[in-house]
Amino acid sequence: MTVPFYVAPEQVMKDRADYARKGISRGRSLICTVYKDGILLAAENPSRSLHKISEIYDRIAFAGVGKYNEFDQLRVAGIRHADTKGFTYSRDDVDARSLANVYAQYLGQVFTHEMKPLEVEILVAELGMDEFPSQLFHILYDGTVMDESRFTVLGGDSESISERFGALFRPDWPLKEALRAAIGALGGPERNLGPRDLEVAVLSKNNGRRTFDRMGFSALESLLEVRKDGT
Amino acid sequence: MLRLERVNSVTLPVFDTREDPGPNFVNLLVRSGVAPFEVPSGSVSDLSAKGIVIPHGTTIAALRYADGIVMAGDRRATEGNFIAHRRIEKVFAADRYSAVGIAGAAGPAVEMVRLFQTQLEHYEKVEGVNLSLEGKANQLSQMIRANLTMAMQGLVIVPLFAGWDLQRKTGRIFTYDVTGGRYEEVAYHAIGSGGKDARTTIKLGIREGMSRDEAIMLAISALYEAADEDSATGGPDLIRGIYPIIATVDHTGFSKLEDADVAAASQEVIASKTNAGEAQ
Repeated sequence: MTVPFYVAPEQVMKDRADYARKGISRGRSLICTVYKDGILLAAENPSRSLHKISEIYDRIAFAGVGKYNEFDQLRVAGIRHADTKGFTYSRDDVDARSLANVYAQYLGQVFTHEMKPLEVEILVAELGMDEFPSQLFHILYDGTVMDESRFTVLGGDSESISERFGALFRPDWPLKEALRAAIGALGGPERNLGPRDLEVAVLSKNNGRRTFDRMGFSALESLLEVRKDGT
Repeated sequence: MLRLERVNSVTLPVFDTREDPGPNFVNLLVRSGVAPFEVPSGSVSDLSAKGIVIPHGTTIAALRYADGIVMAGDRRATEGNFIAHRRIEKVFAADRYSAVGIAGAAGPAVEMVRLFQTQLEHYEKVEGVNLSLEGKANQLSQMIRANLTMAMQGLVIVPLFAGWDLQRKTGRIFTYDVTGGRYEEVAYHAIGSGGKDARTTIKLGIREGMSRDEAIMLAISALYEAADEDSATGGPDLIRGIYPIIATVDHTGFSKLEDADVAAASQEVIASKTNAGEAQ
């Protein structure tokens, strides 16, 4: 048996974190924000079929940035967790907080014990009901959970995007305004993003039991058409 | 049916590639150590010997009209010759584009519907696309087959499945036998203890290209006639205001009729019977 070289744990953790961060920063970013009727998720994603945003349960959405195969595995695991829980207990017993905890446990476990950390940042968003506000759980590659109630940005360039978006944010803004602000913030001062560069979905209070709705190209275009007219 | 203590909600269900259940929810339950169809060691007849009778759902009818399908179910569940429930609901949305109605042992049947609903939604979420209508019909078939041992012991479940086929742009109706055999009907079918009378009524009234309203009236008449002949089928209850559950599925999806609308339609059917006098 060969004896491994001694490496200080601080160094191991730092190397792993650098590795994960590097992987995540290669991908494009994503914004999730509350608006008047629900939660908006908007990502820069030119692919029509490889989604970053998807439905987990009636009032819960998932979003991931970084390495696709890794966050997609987490997405499927989240659906499994939620559906099993909803089937065993009841639909009302499925909540984002417990799902976020399970994700955090798993990511933390992989970060400290596996060869390679997951190069992902994920989001679990839950649409509020009555007096309960919407909740956004932003979970990092090492299992750190951040709980937001207004908006959050995932991905490599999150700081500058957050700054641009935060300057415009209003808690009760309509969908159109929130989407415009998100597109502007994602693109930055130099790039002008169009419907083909975006993946957009909402959790809307007007959608009945399953609140998740992926906005198709035409729906997105008609929302953005308004922007061209300047109205 | 479920062993709750084995459901692990603390860790994330991540599987080895070889053991991955894919988009199948039933497989997921099995992999997680939860057997959805746990087989009891005795038989239902052992219970009957002790005077315990299991509630049974009765009549479900479905027929096709020009733009979709209508499914109707009476509200009664019986325990032998007693009425177990007056307001049971036996017609459900399987997903956005299909409906399922159940007859037979009510407990496991409702559980099977819940499993079926979860399965369809689970597939849709994991895969990002809907199963085809035929795919859904086959899924239900597999669930009934998995229940065969229970059926042999007395817990028979026979559903009726119908929905809108998004690819072929038409409504379709599927019936099942206890072994999971799946049969597609041309235009109508009815199951349960009053099924035969309901079928005859539909057979005499059905035409090609009926409107939604005509199909709803025919379905209500079918259940009325079934209740008239079969003591286990519940007719419209004017005193308590209990009327059949009626749902339609067309290209816009599943929709359940409001109670008030079913009440109005039922009263229309009753009025037409009353006019016929005592001769009938």
